[in-house]
Amino acid sequence: MGRSFDGTDRYIATPELATAVNAAVVLGRPLLIKGEPGTGKTLLAEEIARSLDKPLFEWHVKSTTKAQQGLYEYDAVSRLRDSQLGDVRVQDIRHYIVKGNLWEAFESDVQPVLLIDEIDKADIEFPNDLLRELDRMEFYVYETRETVRARHRPIIVITSNNEKELPDAFLRRCFFHYIRFPDEETMTKIVDVHFPGLKRDLVAEALRTFFRLREAPGLKKKPTTSELLDWIRLLVAEDIAPEALRGDDARSLLPPLYGALLKNEQDVHLLEQLVFLSRRNAR
Amino acid sequence: MLVKFFFLLREAGVPATIPEFLALLEALRAGLADASAERFYYLARACLVKDERHYDRFDRAFAAHFRGIEGALATLARELPADWLARLEEARLSEEEKARIRALGGWEALMRALRERLAEQTARHQGGSKWIGTAGTSPFGAYGYNPEGVRIGQDGSRQRRATKVWDRREFANLDGDVELGTRNMKLALRRLRRYARSGAADELALGETIDATARSGGWLDVKMVPQRRNVVKVLLLLDVGGSMDEHVRVSAELFSAARAEFKHLEQYYFHNFPYERLWRDNRRRTELGVDTFELLRTYARDYRLVVVGDATMSPYEITEVGGSVEHWNAESGETWLRRLLQAYPRHVWINPQPEALWDGTRSIAITRGLLEGRMFPLTLSGLDAAIAELG
Repeated sequence: MGRSFDGTDRYIATPELATAVNAAVVLGRPLLIKGEPGTGKTLLAEEIARSLDKPLFEWHVKSTTKAQQGLYEYDAVSRLRDSQLGDVRVQDIRHYIVKGNLWEAFESDVQPVLLIDEIDKADIEFPNDLLRELDRMEFYVYETRETVRARHRPIIVITSNNEKELPDAFLRRCFFHYIRFPDEETMTKIVDVHFPGLKRDLVAEALRTFFRLREAPGLKKKPTTSELLDWIRLLVAEDIAPEALRGDDARSLLPPLYGALLKNEQDVHLLEQLVFLSRRNAR
Repeated sequence: MLVKFFFLLREAGVPATIPEFLALLEALRAGLADASAERFYYLARACLVKDERHYDRFDRAFAAHFRGIEGALATLARELPADWLARLEEARLSEEEKARIRALGGWEALMRALRERLAEQTARHQGGSKWIGTAGTSPFGAYGYNPEGVRIGQDGSRQRRATKVWDRREFANLDGDVELGTRNMKLALRRLRRYARSGAADELALGETIDATARSGGWLDVKMVPQRRNVVKVLLLLDVGGSMDEHVRVSAELFSAARAEFKHLEQYYFHNFPYERLWRDNRRRTELGVDTFELLRTYARDYRLVVVGDATMSPYEITEVGGSVEHWNAESGETWLRRLLQAYPRHVWINPQPEALWDGTRSIAITRGLLEGRMFPLTLSGLDAAIAELG
């Protein structure tokens, strides 16, 4: 068996995540990833491909995506146009079969990683339409009467944001992992790989502010990991001193550059009130 | 040994299936667990649990099986409902309180004793000095005055650092029966979508166009169809009576989720129970409001009626003429509710009051009778059931 996955130089994988990934790789089953937004679900496939040195195929699902589009599409309109123009290509239907991401992945010369991103965005029937394809790793092309089989069983990573329940038959075929929001220790590691050599005290202060913010009751949208990283990027760019982040700075009520963390005005307003109240009580 | 664990999981409400179990065995044979208990736990979870809402059940079953404590098994079937110890105020243990707990033998000892006591206790308990519940002096429970107490059902207890992963039960609040936020509600409501093509034909029907073109010997013949739209119509009646105050937040969330989800949504307010008048805008409740008969005439039978209210009041407010606390009602609330239910055959009542309290409240029992059981709690699973009923 080849190498196993345990994160990369820019992606921190907890042991639980690494276990799930390796199980999926070894047993050749799809891995279903759920979790809070911004916890690196989509990034995972990219990093698996990078760390195991395999090509990556991405299939981003939208609300209008059909399962068939991942396999292939029959471009009837082009064929119709060609027939009106008298093109000779029209005789061979294969010229009008457009391969989808799944087909491309099946044809890959080495074992590929296939990302099916945000599967829950599509129609409820979407996962059901892919059962056989993911199970047997083959599908049938009706137009040309041929069966396409995967040369190497791809490592399939599927992400979901829980907008729709996935069918049981589909879930049975997958491994499942829920990426939970990182604790402070993991978060420090994550910040470390993104900003190596950052001043320790700035990171500590930033994290403290960040976690305190996440704990504030009643926030509409809690800041996520990716927002924390953006914020730190800004802090570094603006060269903010760690002291400025400390709560006891009386000049400003909110952390500097809070716009990177809070994304709607109700939350900003709520936080202002909370900070104001806690100041008043402290006195 | 693992077969037993598998059945224990199913008993605990984790819907694991045989292929999934076989997948776990296959993974074990492939050496993925690597003789590490923690790795085995992660592996088993990835194989057998497909929904993070079941992580907590899995954790408990895992702890029970692999520690082999008979008592913990008994608690498994009887989980502590979160609302049982619903938090009313935000207060945390201070540093010196934590020190006192350490003096008592630390969390481990307390938790062990707690587990044993949980196995003994079956009913909700309040006050007193031994059983677990609220506002007592026993070391277990919440909002009590015993500083060395263990809080159950408290969100932020990060003190249990030293315990095993599965004992931390970090996914407890993801269980399906917990209250829900707007987003979850929207997702639940989304299941009530009914698509139909209606209105102007403004979308190209590709398949039909090709077909028609082929039939007409290659001359382009463009076919159009109307867009797909959600045609579900919802009539929402919200209780804003006094006893609803503690449910205001969750009701408001439900309302905002519904408004985002349904194009045809009509909402009206009532106080305690629907009578002859309803209010369009709660802020102007002193105004006359809308005649309920007018409402019945305005909205057709194909509207789905959703009533949100705690149905907690004196039974007279439902059954008696003149029973309303706010005005003189010439006909009883019961009569009015029956009229509404008859006018809209697809109806549900969503009750933010915890389901466990329903049997103890007479007015809820009466209302439930009127609805012939179509009353659902305001939780994710309750909303799911309600939507299924409406669909």
